Amino acid sequence: MARFEIYVTYKKGIFDPPGATAERALANLGYEEVSSVRIGKFIQIEVADGTPEERVREMCDRLLANPVIEQYRIERTGEA
Amino acid sequence: MRFGVVVFPGSNCEQDVVHALRYLGQEADYVWHGDTDLSAYDAIILPGGFSYGDYIRCGAVARFSPVMAEVVRFAESGRPVAGICNGFQILAEAHLLPGALLRNEGLKFICKTVPLRVEESVCQWMDHEPGTVVRVPVNHNEGNFICDAETLGRLNANGQVVVRYCEPDGSLLPGSAPNGALDNIAGICNERGNVFGLMPHPERVTDPATGGTDGGAFFTGIVKRLEEVGG
Repeated sequence: MARFEIYVTYKKGIFDPPGATAERALANLGYEEVSSVRIGKFIQIEVADGTPEERVREMCDRLLANPVIEQYRIERTGEA
Repeated sequence: MRFGVVVFPGSNCEQDVVHALRYLGQEADYVWHGDTDLSAYDAIILPGGFSYGDYIRCGAVARFSPVMAEVVRFAESGRPVAGICNGFQILAEAHLLPGALLRNEGLKFICKTVPLRVEESVCQWMDHEPGTVVRVPVNHNEGNFICDAETLGRLNANGQVVVRYCEPDGSLLPGSAPNGALDNIAGICNERGNVFGLMPHPERVTDPATGGTDGGAFFTGIVKRLEEVGG
């Protein structure tokens, strides 16, 4: 089996309320160097050997991410 | 006129919708999400709730339920489809309506009755005079409507914005939307006006026994239109 890791985040310009809250909370804790926090999703997926990344991309476009508001990055992380 | 109210695993407003429609003198039945025959219905409503636990994104899984391929065909043939709350989220995920519903700006689940201004729109479902201010409950965590600037321009230009969150006197302020929705948008329709999605729950203020009657006219417009054409 092959393993892919998928990172889904909001597109630039889409307001991310949990990220903005974490950003304010970090500032309250004194981390003044923080200028932005964006919170997204991490998805680990195991597929049959030889599954092309294109196939995983299709899964993202159809179900795992919403292209209207989200972007994603796929990493092949080896054999499961 | 006969309405089909789709029940997904996790829907929880279907009984309210069926009750409201029957109160309005209409026939209404439940449609299981695994059904694929909608031929018995004149209109379809996707009710509120938490279909599939809101996993992945609200409406993302329900959109692929067997019934949804038929709902898309039903809508594309020009027949009326409405989505309330989670139903709106499902219609957006299915690309029957543009945009998306994000987490509420204040991170709070909002459950309260709010004023809405009925806009002049092409929506076939509505039976209010444009400009009417109604009071309808909202009950959601992800009602923060967003779309790109081009889509927003098109929605406004084509009369596809159906209802907006407003102040009690009907005026619009930048913060009138309790959830941060773009342009105070609470409900939109497609270009033909047959597909309608909104976050507030008009079914909860249709029978006066549940606290109001402002919601009935969100459904009676389509009844009148279909009766006019002999539907």
